[in-house]
Amino acid sequence: MSKPITVDDANFDQTVLQAEALVLVDFWAPWCRPCLMLAPILDELAEDYSGKITFTRLDVDQNPKTASRYQIMSIPTLLLFKKGEPVSHIVGYKPKAELKRDLDTAST
Amino acid sequence: MNKEYEVVIIGGGPAGLSAGLYTSRARLSSLLIERGLVGGQIVNAELVENYPGFPEGISGLELTQLMHQQATKYGLETLLAETTGIELKEGQKVVKTTEANFIAKAVIIAGGSERAKLGIPGEKEFTGKGVSYCATCDAAFFKGEPIAVVGGGDAAITEARHLTRFASKVIVIHRRHQLRTSRILQEKAFAEPKIEFLWNTIVEEIKGEEVVQQLSLRNVITGEKFTLDVAGIFMSIGFKPNTAYLKGVLPLDAAGYITTNEKMGTEIPGIFAAGDIRYNSAQQAVTAAGDGVTAAIYAEIFIR
Ligand SMILES: Cc1cc2nc3c(=O)[nH]c(=O)nc-3n(C[C@H](O)[C@H](O)[C@H](O)COP(=O)(O)OP(=O)(O)OC[C@H]3O[C@@H](n4cnc5c(N)ncnc54)[C@H](O)[C@@H]3O)c2cc1C
Repeated sequence: MSKPITVDDANFDQTVLQAEALVLVDFWAPWCRPCLMLAPILDELAEDYSGKITFTRLDVDQNPKTASRYQIMSIPTLLLFKKGEPVSHIVGYKPKAELKRDLDTAST
Repeated sequence: MNKEYEVVIIGGGPAGLSAGLYTSRARLSSLLIERGLVGGQIVNAELVENYPGFPEGISGLELTQLMHQQATKYGLETLLAETTGIELKEGQKVVKTTEANFIAKAVIIAGGSERAKLGIPGEKEFTGKGVSYCATCDAAFFKGEPIAVVGGGDAAITEARHLTRFASKVIVIHRRHQLRTSRILQEKAFAEPKIEFLWNTIVEEIKGEEVVQQLSLRNVITGEKFTLDVAGIFMSIGFKPNTAYLKGVLPLDAAGYITTNEKMGTEIPGIFAAGDIRYNSAQQAVTAAGDGVTAAIYAEIFIR
């Protein structure tokens, strides 16, 4: 069972930036409906990409430092990190099939 | 083997959910296919104040969850998948999705619409960097900053009012000289000191370094060009019907909408359309629900 793990301003460097594997960060907030729509899809994708991509989520409301460091101005935003650098940037709600396409292109 | 249903409904907004309630209660085996979250666009409305029966208002998410619960109670099945086509084969209708294909006696298309894009320079580049299509999502990123809203309909004005809670100033940019909204909304918007209006004005370009900083504008009457400094621009310029996969299956109008008769029937017998996806729909949750019910009733007559 792979489920997205919650990250915050305090552990972001360690969990996301210093990770060996690819890490996807879901920037979200509880008031954002498309974020809530995306959450169950990311739960499923975390399962599908288990061992390949680590799925994490960061509440922008609670963690303004990380959100502003990556200039997040629209949520949901998904950033895919490879060795500490964002390599892919997905803005807004997308259906599962489309996200899979994006992740496959970014992770190969 | 493709699974068979008597009715396949495409789209889980108010139109599709209401259709599903009626086809299920008619004891027709019914499948609803939804590519996103069941509920449709109205889940973005924090408070729906004009759906009859809820005098205190109700959130769009809650309203449609109740609709789904009610339809499911009578046997409606739901599949989360995207519909990619409809094929007509020997009197049968094959509905293709990203998960599986289904055979249906009748199909109700209730795919609604989504936010239209302006298609101007800077729009794509700055999406997520100051260009937004969802005010409730992104308002909080613009605390104390001036922002623009493009559009003059109900959604634009509702969003402008929401944005005043965060922004220093909200400038509504509208290409006409008056709003296209209900009177009660107009009165509220005109009374709000933080909202300003730029009439007869269109946005030609969005500029900035890394993030949005400035808009190039043009007055469509005088032709005068000018600029406006903003930190964000919220697009609320109308909608585009979700009919791309129907080209070649059904006749669509120039904007992509489906034309129906008063029974919600399309040019193909047994294929119905309901809600915002229809040409000249009133684009309200309650009218979409009504369309769905009409389609369901005539689908039953078509099948039996
Ligand atoms: C911010 C906002 C506020 C609003 N406020 C109000 C209000 O206060 N009162 C009111 O009456 N109306 C309001 N509306 C309008 C209302 O939401 C719409 O009129 C109504 O939702 C239309 O219903 P529908 O079922 O036709 O389509 P939609 O609600 O658009 O639902 C269509 C569904 O079909 C799905 N779909 C589309 N294509 C496919 C496909 N190929 N495969 C599978 N699924 C597909 C979509 O994901 C969507 O869930 C508001 C709209 C917005 C955006």
